[in-house]
Amino acid sequence: MEPFKTHTGVGVPLRRSNVDTDQIIPAVYLKRVSRTGFEDGLFAAWRGDETFILNSEPFKAGSVLVAGPDFGTGSSREHAVWALMDYGFRVVISSRFADIFRGNSGKQGLVAAQCEQMDVEQLWKILENDPGTEVTVDLEAKTVRAKDFVASFQIDDYTRWRLLEGLDDIALTLRHADEISKFESERPNWKPVTIPAASS
Amino acid sequence: MTATRPRTLAEKVWESHTVRRGEGAEPDLLYIDLHLVHEVTSPQAFDGLRLAGRQVRRPDLTIATEDHNVPTVDIELPIADPVSRTQVDTLRRNCKEFGVRLHPMGDAEQGIVHVIGPQLGLTQPGMTVVCGDSHTSTHGAFGAMAFGIGTSEVEHVLATQTLPLRPFKTMAINVDGKLRPGVTAKDIILAVIAKIGTGGGQGYVLEYRGSAIEALSMEARMTVCNMSIEAGARAGMIAPDETTFAYLKGRPHAPKGADWEAAVENWKSLRTDEGAEFDAEVYLDADELTPFVTWGTNPGQGLPLSASVPDPEQIADETARYAAEKALSYMDLKPGTPLRDIKVDTVFLGSCTNGRIEDLRAAAEVLQGRKVADGVRMLVVPGSMRVRQAAEAEGLDKVFADAGAEWRQAGCSMCLGMNPDQLKPGERSASTSNRNFEGRQGKGGRTHLVSPLVAAATAVRGTLSSPEDLLAGADH
Repeated sequence: MEPFKTHTGVGVPLRRSNVDTDQIIPAVYLKRVSRTGFEDGLFAAWRGDETFILNSEPFKAGSVLVAGPDFGTGSSREHAVWALMDYGFRVVISSRFADIFRGNSGKQGLVAAQCEQMDVEQLWKILENDPGTEVTVDLEAKTVRAKDFVASFQIDDYTRWRLLEGLDDIALTLRHADEISKFESERPNWKPVTIPAASS
Repeated sequence: MTATRPRTLAEKVWESHTVRRGEGAEPDLLYIDLHLVHEVTSPQAFDGLRLAGRQVRRPDLTIATEDHNVPTVDIELPIADPVSRTQVDTLRRNCKEFGVRLHPMGDAEQGIVHVIGPQLGLTQPGMTVVCGDSHTSTHGAFGAMAFGIGTSEVEHVLATQTLPLRPFKTMAINVDGKLRPGVTAKDIILAVIAKIGTGGGQGYVLEYRGSAIEALSMEARMTVCNMSIEAGARAGMIAPDETTFAYLKGRPHAPKGADWEAAVENWKSLRTDEGAEFDAEVYLDADELTPFVTWGTNPGQGLPLSASVPDPEQIADETARYAAEKALSYMDLKPGTPLRDIKVDTVFLGSCTNGRIEDLRAAAEVLQGRKVADGVRMLVVPGSMRVRQAAEAEGLDKVFADAGAEWRQAGCSMCLGMNPDQLKPGERSASTSNRNFEGRQGKGGRTHLVSPLVAAATAVRGTLSSPEDLLAGADH
């Protein structure tokens, strides 16, 4: 994972709450077995509507999405994060994120920045009044800035540290392989195993 | 021995699986007892293992099935959609390469991942269960800590059998009283979601408790826990009791002999202690509940069937009002329309929410001797091949066929429309599944979430209905 310190890019105001992961990427795009190339599935149904924000300049080139509360609800599909990143987004700002989406973002290096709803509204106004305004997201300082407006955001310290360092989670866990083995040796022996398949 | 602090069920399961307690901001490392795998969220995880030269640490705690993509007709033929076929073939190759047990399409144990785990007796009280699927919360019905994960975490569990996680907050959902006839577990959970909202459970594990929950069968408890994610929760749990033990006893992977005794002894300790504190509590009166249906495009937009489509102008909160306007426009509904007047084209009975044998029995009882209304298509998709087999042994397939419904093979089917079972643009369904999101059941499709009883009655009348409406001497 690439380390993330700061990012500056065109902000996209998405005035919708409950943007579920079926909207971010519909199920038909989930049949692929690759890890890249999901940008065509991003907001696929909404992009069919020519008034949708990503269909207009200069938002097409956006990289900081500013959305309503409860972003990323529903399905656990990490494809939602892949689609946002493949399209070019590096940051999503919302006042509330669904837990699984937030977790998936942290694994992939997409910053899920949680701002107060009043700050989201302020960002919406700035981005709508002057389309193409760039938003700067500083992960070290935990701030977002657009023109003169600055707001702080929340992100858990551990995820922030991993993103700043660009660290791989599995490698971190494997540092504790001996503790995992010890735990395994103490599990009750009546806990089920899947193999061999029990006859039924 | 010093008395321990009173703990909730969730805390007990968490603590008994903590490999390593995190220091400072660092998360705990949680051991995973069972990892369920399916074709959609696993290919990139197996690829990741290959790239890093890693193995599956515990294939013996891992099991895979084909469910999301599989067709529900002509399953003896190759899958017609080449992209779906590739995904299913990829799962088969990965399971073979990494030594993971797989139940492929057509196999006697194949089915929706959340139906087969409990059915095989692999889901047991006090376990940690994960799957790359948000409805993993289903398994919490057994007093397990079960939650959905993304593909990076699937890879993490495959490689390490653990996950780094911060402990979840706890919320008690107290449902006391007695459900009236015709009111089901589905109505309980739809009412809970409408009450706390789609974000109300964020960061929490919900523990459903109270007399109405204790009175539920295991299958009904699974329906409740299944939709915890629709309230935004990480997981949902119900303390195991005699109902749980009776369900598990004798299942293929349930402990046997002395192991059974040891296990039950352990399971009996899995209750929230007297005096334990939850971070939040919610109360619901079961006596007050009536059949519940959704009118909008998120599962929190639900109302009793006797209500009318709400008027966005009367919603004070600006964000909620705008969401309601958008939802009504997508759903093509007018404020004030009685929900009972809404006509549907399709009825879907199935999914990990309501695709088990009791769900099929409940619907069949309503359909017995009746017909699906003209112009309505009803799909009945059992949650697993075992459910299908059991239904056929009881003659339920005949009841469905005689009523004019389609009797299908097992899979996720129209719950998410990854296979050919989809709504056409503009079509409207009454569906026993879990999500009424825009386009969820097919591009442009409109979904009303309902219980199996409401689904069956709706199929007969052609408009959203409860079984009571059939007795009231309606035209049909």
